[in-house]
Formats: sequence, C-alpha cells, structure tokens
Amino acid sequence: MTTESAVTTSETTSREVVLKVNNLKKYFPIRRGVFQHHVGDVKAVDGVSFNVYKGETLGLVGESGCGKTTTGRTIIRLYEPTEGQVDFQGVDLATLSGRELRKTRRKIQMIFQDPYASLSPRMNVLNIVGEPLEIHHIVNTPGEKKDRVAELLEMVGLDPAFMNRYPHEFSGGQRQRIGIARALALDPELIICDEPISALDVSIQAQVVNLLEELQEKVGLTYIFIAHDLSMVRHISNRVAVMYLGKIMELTDRETLYTNPLHPYTEALLSAVPIPNPAVEEKRQRIILEGDLPSPAKPPKGCNFNTRCPKAFDRCFEEEPTLVEVEEGHYCACHLVQPSK
Amino acid sequence: MADHTIQPASEHLLEVKNLTTRFYTEEGVVHAVNGISYTLDEGDTLGVVGESGCGKSVHALSIMRLIPIPPGKIEAGEVLFRGQNLLDLSENEMRRVRGAEIAMIFQDPMTSLNPVKTIGFQIIEALKLHQGMDKQQARERTAELLHLVGIPEAEQRLDDYPHQFSGGMRQRAMIAMGLSCNPNILIADEPTTALDVTIQAQIIELVKRLQHQLGMTVIWITHDLGVVAGLAQRVNVMYAGHIIESGAVKRIYENPHHPYTVGLLGSLPSVGTRKPGRLYSIPGEPPDLIGDQKGCPFAPRCTYKVERCAYEMPPLEEIEPGHIVACWEKDKVRKA
Repeated sequence: MTTESAVTTSETTSREVVLKVNNLKKYFPIRRGVFQHHVGDVKAVDGVSFNVYKGETLGLVGESGCGKTTTGRTIIRLYEPTEGQVDFQGVDLATLSGRELRKTRRKIQMIFQDPYASLSPRMNVLNIVGEPLEIHHIVNTPGEKKDRVAELLEMVGLDPAFMNRYPHEFSGGQRQRIGIARALALDPELIICDEPISALDVSIQAQVVNLLEELQEKVGLTYIFIAHDLSMVRHISNRVAVMYLGKIMELTDRETLYTNPLHPYTEALLSAVPIPNPAVEEKRQRIILEGDLPSPAKPPKGCNFNTRCPKAFDRCFEEEPTLVEVEEGHYCACHLVQPSK
Repeated sequence: MADHTIQPASEHLLEVKNLTTRFYTEEGVVHAVNGISYTLDEGDTLGVVGESGCGKSVHALSIMRLIPIPPGKIEAGEVLFRGQNLLDLSENEMRRVRGAEIAMIFQDPMTSLNPVKTIGFQIIEALKLHQGMDKQQARERTAELLHLVGIPEAEQRLDDYPHQFSGGMRQRAMIAMGLSCNPNILIADEPTTALDVTIQAQIIELVKRLQHQLGMTVIWITHDLGVVAGLAQRVNVMYAGHIIESGAVKRIYENPHHPYTVGLLGSLPSVGTRKPGRLYSIPGEPPDLIGDQKGCPFAPRCTYKVERCAYEMPPLEEIEPGHIVACWEKDKVRKA
C-alpha cells in the first residue's frame, strides 16, 4: 500500500504532524474446528487514517466495539497491525522491530482505563513509576531513580512520601495518577489515553482531566484521547474523530463537530447524550437509532451504518462511502454529504 | 398524584422513614445508609444520584429487603408501602411484594438473568408463580411483554438464551421481567450504565413510554446527572449514606444549595456547550464509611465549611417550597 488516503495528504497546513496513521487495519482471525481453519475476520479496525498535530488533543469517540481502543493499541504495537502505516517522526512504527521499536516507542506512552488492573499489585509506587527509567537506562543509581520518581509524583499531585506504598493503598483517582506518572517517566511526545476516566467517580473525573490539561500545557504533550463520553471529549479535545464499526465516519475540529455534525451517525450519537440541564432536556428532540451495532465480524455491505441509519437510501446498501474532505479540515464518510467545492 | 381517598393508612404510595443500614464486616462497621427519609407518590419519577459508595443502591436493596444478612443489617427505620411497613413482613409475605408490587431491575442484566434458562422461561415462571397463569396464558403474556419493550419478533425470541441477546436487548428483557406482574413501583438501579449512549437513549425512551402507558412509579438510581435531568421530576442527592439535598429536578439543577451538588454540577462538561478553561473540581476523595461518623461527611472536601460542620450533622431544612438541603451554610452556597 503506497497510496495515501485523502486525510493524510491534503492537510498541508503549517502545523507539525507528530503522528500520521494511514489506512491502518487490524483484523482478528476467527478460527473454527479441530484444525483451526481460518473462517473469517473480526474487522476491529478497518482502514483508519488520521494525522495528529503537535500539542493537540485528538478525541477518538464511538460506542463499544467501534475499534477505538484497538486503534490506540495497534498504533503503539500492542497489537500487530494487519495493514497500514503508522508514521511517527519519520519512521514507520508498523514495521519496526526489536530494538528500534523499543527505542521509538519510548516517545509514545499509554494510560489505561482500569486503574485497578493496570498496576502490578506486587510492586510499590517507586518501582511502578521507576521501572521504565531503569529499562531505558535513564537513571543509573537507586538515588537517581528515587529523585526522578519523586519529581514525577509531584507533577501528578501525589505526595512523594507515598513512594513505598502499594497500589491497593490508593483510591481509583490516585491510582490513575500513578499510571499517569509512569506514562510521563520517559518524557513522551505523545500519550494515548484509553478511556482514562471512565472507571472513576464523577467528582474525581474532573480532577484527572484537569491534571491532563495542566500537564499538556506544562510539558507540551500531544494526546490521543479515546473515550465514549462525548461531553468530556468536547471539553478536552481540539479535534474529534467519530468511529463506527472499525471506520472513521467523521473527523473535524471540536466546535464544528458538536455544532454542525454532518454524518447521520454523529448527529444521532450527539442527540443521544443526556444533558445535565432539565430545561434543555425538556425541549430536546432525540434521534433514537433503531437496533444494535452489527457484529464487526459481519459488517453490512455498503456503508457500515446502513442498518441503523434513518437517512439510508439505495446507494448506501451498494457502495461504501469514502472519507472525503467536505470543507477545509472537515472529513465525512457519507453519500449524502458532498464536498462544497 | 396521590389519591387521598383510597389510601387510608398513608397518603403516600411509599414512605421511607429514617432508614438505616449497616454492614458488620471484618474491617469494621460500614455505615452505608444513615437515616434517610422521603416519600413517593403514585406516578412519580424519583431520581437518586450519587457516586459509588454513597448508599444509593443499598437503600434500594433495603426497601426490597434484599440486603444479605449477615453482614448487612437494617438497623432502624420504616419502609411504608401503602401504609404497611415492609420491614415487619415475614419472608413469605415479602416474597409476594417483590415483583408483584415493587420490582427491581439491575445494572448488569447478564448477572441477573439465569444463563442456562431461556428468556421466555424466566418470565413465564414469574407469571405462573405470581399471577397464577397457566402455561399457555403465561407464554402469550410474555410474548406481549417482550413486544412491549421493543424486542423484534418476540414470539420467536422467547426460546433464546440470554447470551443470544445483545446488551441492550437483555436490559429490555429485564425490564419486561420487571413489568411482568404489573408492579406499582419499578426500582431501576443504574439500568443503563453498562450500555452505549445510543442504546441508553432507547431504554430511557422505553421507560418514559411505559410510564406514560402504564402509570408506573419509578425510582431511577444513577450516577449520571444527565440521565436524571431528562427523566425524573424529583431528585435525591446522596452522599456518604445521607440525602444531602432533595427537591424538584429543575430547582436542584438551577438553584443547588448544597456544596456537593454545586460541585457535581459544576464538574460536568456538557455536550451542548463548552465552558472555556478548566472544569470545576471537588478536591479530595469520597469518605470511608467504616467507623463512627461525626459531623457532616462532606466537610473535609467542602469550601464552605465552618467549625460546626466537623462535629454536628446539619438537618435537612427547606430552602424553598419542596427543596430541602442539609448544610449549615446553605444560605451562602451559590451555583458555581
């Protein structure tokens, strides 16, 4: 695959591109029977392309099973990509191996959803946060490690005196802070935040989001923020990509997406989110989608959204729409939406 | 609305008085629900909101008498349903109340449905037991119920097992089961938390429609202030086992007077508008409910706290008609 999609080529603005994902695919094979015949694929990520610019937060939203988490994990090579390129600072992460991969991957870190499952219960905070420092030979003595870990804990708002404690002694919000400290340890350029707040209580969510924003300003980080909470994504993201069944349906800047969504799926998704204001809720007209998400093992023919789309017509069942630039920086994959030029 | 003529013992459909539930665990006594009181009238939708550990689910399980004893114990209080105290009933009598008078649906339908029995069987069983229907009647009624909650080809789906249903369909089946005996009150404990937003919207729309059709009274327990805004007329905000603010949904959202409610509402981003700058955040963590509770449980996180808060729990007092708040400084508290 050498052809680049519309998304990654046409954006020739002056902004520096940190990550360029091109036609990324991740299929999980379905095997059956004694001989484990390959009978099909779960197309978790099916040809996803986007750019991430330096210092921005790109929101990746969609319902469960839409492939947003798999996209994040495939970028960082926790899953081997089936196809496509992941261009990070001039190197293709998708084909790197061994030492080279490890060296480059330092610059991309991940924060996980479940702060209870993502920290080893047998390691204390010093070792959890300090482990990456040792692996990459950033610190050489125990004293250096301690100093750096203390510095990192302070950055995320934890008392360095907690260094010798174990994860079970912390609350969910504090554990997520430990996870963030570990992600920061190697001075990354890009952090992939995979639903970092969805396991936390409402009053703690705002604390963690504020911390992420502060760190972004202080250290100049770039984020890919994966979430299903569209309200929080609106708050934190500069641009937002909406995924459905392994594909990007719409991608544009925050304000445009939330005030002028073009894709029928984005419209329905936004209208389904409850708004914490009874006066607004009273007057709201909801678009209620019928049915459930189809299985990514058997996506429908034509447009992936055609089984639930209130606006689907003949062509949607025949031909798959491609993601095209409708207005500057606004991409949409729908037969009903045509470029204005 | 309450009909005063046909309910002689109590003018309310449900009246919870000073309900107190504790758990006696090895780590100590967990003060899960600390003397909550409220009333519910026919046709009402009451939202109960709060974070994990605030006692909102335990309060519902206490009403249903589904608290595991031990370690749990309902220490004090009354739950008057049509004037009768449910806490005084024998286990046999209570079994007749559950399902037939008050039904409950849970967050995770997969753990509430029996995985080795068909969906149809599980509802038919309830109908035969509670309504005394024969097999054929029960089967027809079940198909009707599944149709009512929007399961397509309901007759064919009766013989499916829970794993053959999607998450949204399982929750619909749970609701059908809850409705099967025409309960007066439906208690929904975070029924949409595990679901995607588009499916959540379907379920909320369904409950609203059913309420309209059947005149059901609903208690909707959730941590999501957005869901309550669109669904309930009244809301109880809970914190550390106390109701700390209660009133009409519109008033609470427009004019909250407890620092916790103010903080919660302020910390929520909205999909409809974007406030520039940082989100308001409540400092600190929810309290540990083990051990003796003294003073206002929110005091350690509160920006309005005064000396008194540390040792004396403020009573719920009316700040405007029908709007009660438990805060010593309630007159000073303003929306963030």
